[in-house]
Formats: sequence, C-alpha cells, structure tokens
Amino acid sequence: MNYLYLLKRVAIAGLSVFVVSSVVFGVTTLLPGSAANIVLGTEATEEAVQQVNEDLGLDRPVYVQYLDFVGGVFTGDFGESLISGQPVAEILWPRLLRTLQLAVVAMLISMVVAIPLGIVAAAFRDRAPDFLITSGSYVGLSIPSFVSATLLLLFLTTPPLALFPKGGYVPPREGLVEWFHHLLLPALAMNTVILAYVLRQTRSSMVETLESDYIRTARLKGVAERNVLFKHALRNGLLPTITVLALNFGWMMGSVVIIEQIFAYPGMGEMIVQAIENRDLPLIQAGILVPTIAFITANFAADVIYTMLDPRINLGEE
Amino acid sequence: MATEDATAETDGERLPPIVTALATNRRILVGLALLVPVVVAAILGEAVAPYDPTETHVAQRYAGPGGQFILGTDHLGRDLLSRVILGGRTSLLLGFGATALGLTLGVPIGLLAGYVKGRTDEVLMRVMDIIISVPTLLLGLLILVALPSNIVNVILAIGVVYAPRIARVTRSATLSVSEQEYVLAARARGESNSYILFREILPNVTGPVVVEGSVRVGYAIMIGTALSFLGLGSGPPNPDWGFMIATAREHIYQTPWFLIWPSLALLVTVMATNVIGDGLRDVLDPRVTGERQ
Repeated sequence: MNYLYLLKRVAIAGLSVFVVSSVVFGVTTLLPGSAANIVLGTEATEEAVQQVNEDLGLDRPVYVQYLDFVGGVFTGDFGESLISGQPVAEILWPRLLRTLQLAVVAMLISMVVAIPLGIVAAAFRDRAPDFLITSGSYVGLSIPSFVSATLLLLFLTTPPLALFPKGGYVPPREGLVEWFHHLLLPALAMNTVILAYVLRQTRSSMVETLESDYIRTARLKGVAERNVLFKHALRNGLLPTITVLALNFGWMMGSVVIIEQIFAYPGMGEMIVQAIENRDLPLIQAGILVPTIAFITANFAADVIYTMLDPRINLGEE
Repeated sequence: MATEDATAETDGERLPPIVTALATNRRILVGLALLVPVVVAAILGEAVAPYDPTETHVAQRYAGPGGQFILGTDHLGRDLLSRVILGGRTSLLLGFGATALGLTLGVPIGLLAGYVKGRTDEVLMRVMDIIISVPTLLLGLLILVALPSNIVNVILAIGVVYAPRIARVTRSATLSVSEQEYVLAARARGESNSYILFREILPNVTGPVVVEGSVRVGYAIMIGTALSFLGLGSGPPNPDWGFMIATAREHIYQTPWFLIWPSLALLVTVMATNVIGDGLRDVLDPRVTGERQ
C-alpha cells in the first residue's frame, strides 16, 4: 500500500467535505423566511425576534456564522433544531444508525442476488439465460423505488398475503427476527434499481474479462471451464463491482428519503422530509451533509480496497 | 476505429454505415417503439386527450377501466388517460430539458479539461467529483429547498446534478481523441484552439456523449418524478406522473388503476430510454471513452 496515495485520498475526501458544507451553508443561508419566524411564527414581536436571533447567533456577521458552521461539521456539532430545541446530533445519531442498517441489508441483498446472476448471464452470453436476466434487469432499472415500494406494500402487507408489517422499526435487542422482518421489505423496495445496476456491471465486466488474453490462454492450456470462470476470471471480473457498490451507496442515501417516508421507517430520510416541511434549517443542513459525508467515506473505502485488491495498481506504484 | 480509417473518404460515404447500423439495431428499434407513442401523445396533448385533464366528474369517482373513461378515473373523477397523457408532457419536458442543460454545462467543461489537461483539468475534475459526491436526490432536494419548486427549477436542479457526470464522460473521450493524428495535424497546421476543439474534437466525442445523454434522460425523469412524489415538483393541478402516484397511494384501496397507469407510463418511458441507450452504445461503441487512461 502506498502511503502517499492514501494521504492524497484523505486530503481529497477532507476537501470534499469542506466544499460541500460551504455550499450547504450558502444555499440554506439564502433561504427565504428568517429562522426567528420559523421558531416563533409570523406574529412575533420585534423584541422576541431579536432575542431568538441572539440565541441562535444569527446577529453575528455571516462569515463568523460560516466559520462556526464549517467548524461544527468537522467536530460533529450541527447546532440545535429550530423546532424542538434538541441538539441536532442527538436527533440525528440514532436515525443515522437505523438508516445504515437499512442500507447495509439492502446492499447485502443486492450483492447476494445480483453478482451470481451477473456471472450466469456472462457465462451464458447471448443465450437464453442471458436474455432472460438482461431483460429482467431492464425492468428493474426502470422501476422507481416509490413504485416498487408501493407495490410491495400493497401485495405483501395486506390480506391474503400479509407476510410483512406495514412499516416501522424494531430495535435488534427486542428480537433479531422481528428486526429483520421489519427491515426486509423496505430493503427489497430500495433494491430494484441497485440490483439491476450491479447485475449489469458484473455481467459486462465478466464478459470483458472472459474475452481477455489471459483467459484465452488458460482455456488453450486446457483449464476446465469451471475453473476458468471461478478461479481465473472471477477475481478480476468482480473488481469494478466494488466501485459500483460504493456508487450505489450514494444512490441509497438518496432513495432512503423516499423509502423511509413510505414505510414510516424512523431514519434519516424521514427526518429530512419532516425538516423540509418544517423549514428546520439545522436539521436540513445535517440531513443533507451527513449522508454526503457517509458517501464520500464509502467512495474513499472503495478506492482503498480496489487498490489493495488490484495487483496491476500495486505494481505500478511500488 | 472505423471513423478514423474513413477520414480520407467523403462524408457521403462515411455516414450511411452508421445510419444503417442505428436503424437496424434491435434495441434502438424496440426502445423507439416504446418511446415514440409516449412522446407523440405528450406533444399532441389536449388534441388526443379524450377529456380535460382537470375536469372533475364527481359522480364517477374511482371508475374502473373500460366504460365511459377508457382507463378509469381518479379520486376526483378526473379522466386518467387524459392525465397520464398530459403528465407525460411534464415528465418528458423534464427529462429532455434537464439532459439538455446537463449537456450544455457538462460538454464544454469536459472538452476543456480533456484538451487543456494539466492543472486546469485537475481543478475542474476535482470540482466535478465534489458535486458528484452529493447523492443526486439530496442535491436536488437542496436546490429545491432554496428555490421555489416549479418545473423550471426542477430542470435546473437535475441539470446541475448531471452536468459533472456528462463532463467526466466528455473529458475521457476528449483525452483519447486529442492524441489522434488528425488533431496533431490540425495543431501543426496552426489552427486555433477553438477550431480544434469544436471542429476536430467535438464531432469525434459525440458517440460516448450521446450514449451518456440518452441514459440520463431516463434517470432525469425518474428523479423528477421522485421529487414531485415528495411534493417538490411542478405541483397541482397540472398532471404529473410522480404527483399522481403519490396521490394514488392514498386511494389504493378504492382503485388500484389510479396507481397502475402512471406507474406503467413511467416504467415504459424510462425503460425505453435505457434500451435505446444500450443500443446506441452497441453502435457507437463507448470503448473509445478510454476509461483506463
């Protein structure tokens, strides 16, 4: 592992967080409607408004507020909710954990289902299994999560097929089965697009690998087709899938906004929608920044894992 | 690449193979067969819609398909077929508008970065990476929290979200093209930078850019409907697929058709753009993008 490379990647990730938080600050500061009016309602007295502005630190110059905000982002302090007065971090943390549980389960489902299907499609390229899998992936790619969520909710939570609860969340300490039972349906609903995407990526990189010279050599040497596929091709063929999984993490951080809303799942996405309705600025800022930071971290991790697994990249740097 | 070999030939001899390839590609044909009816219906709009999409027929709420209303009616007794047709206008306008904006912003940035290289490239691409690091739906939400939600701002939000992705594709195509002999020749002839960029490079990066754009149309429609599903779209009473689906969910036990039709229209449209995108990729071969550079 090249430490200089690692250091550069950390610097880029840090810079990204800095720039994104500046933009989020800029946009939310431009918002119409003052924070004091959000707290007090529109018929507040002049003095009360002034008092709230002082309490929130909004009477300070903009650049001080800006530095304070960006500094807060790096130390995990997002201020207090305008509506409940609770510290944002306190509201956010449990919700973030719940959203991550959902995202991880969804990610695992997509890997377990999509990668084998992608390999099968590549191995049977241009034959019936490939055709079936590829056509299915088109449908998956084209169903927005709010449609698949609604359909799953309609068919699997009401009689005659009331297999799942309609929504909500049960903490794992109250029973792992119950926890998973509540998590599975939203995770599936989130999956249609991601699954299709991972599948297509796996298929195309496997197809490409199977056509490469070293695979041809292996075949000519008389290596059994099974071994060609699982021993020689798989390792290289799956490398790009790591990057795709990280990209999908970003997609998930967006789609949880919709999925959690539909399944009344008390995570970050549901919080953002509420915060937008209430114009609760600190919550909106944190709700957009935290998933973005999570995504930046996921990309960073994918980059590092990729570098560790790909022998070509290592060779080039040593 | 075929186009390179053909530079000596005249345009008249070079074009037909591509046109034939496009016109006979099975995926493109299937995609067009799905997309064209939706587009035509959306353009004709009121002319083909059997009813005024905002006209309510209170006595016939939740009507099923068949009968007086071909696809049935919604919770206010409005004709679903007419609403799906005019909702398509919003979604398509959004998909194509946002993609056009994304191309307008992204292509010049990508061309510049790939052609000038060096520090400019590094800075531009770093900025693009940072924009990409915000999950698309969240960036859209952020923009629409600050701006009033109407169709123009939705297009603006999605266009900005997509510009960096298009810039990336354009850049990597430009990188590989800018080392080609005809570009070096043009430079040796003393052509201006803008001539080289727009006359020599741009025509030769259109393949990957067109492929990227065609895929973006579908995604833009999806994000647009997702935003209006969350109540940040063009808003009622204009019919809009995302908003129709959001409303239909509340009336799902009265009539499933209210949900089914706009969902199906959305599915068919997005699927068509995906299939066309793949077909274009087959023909225009994006391997030229030079991802490994």
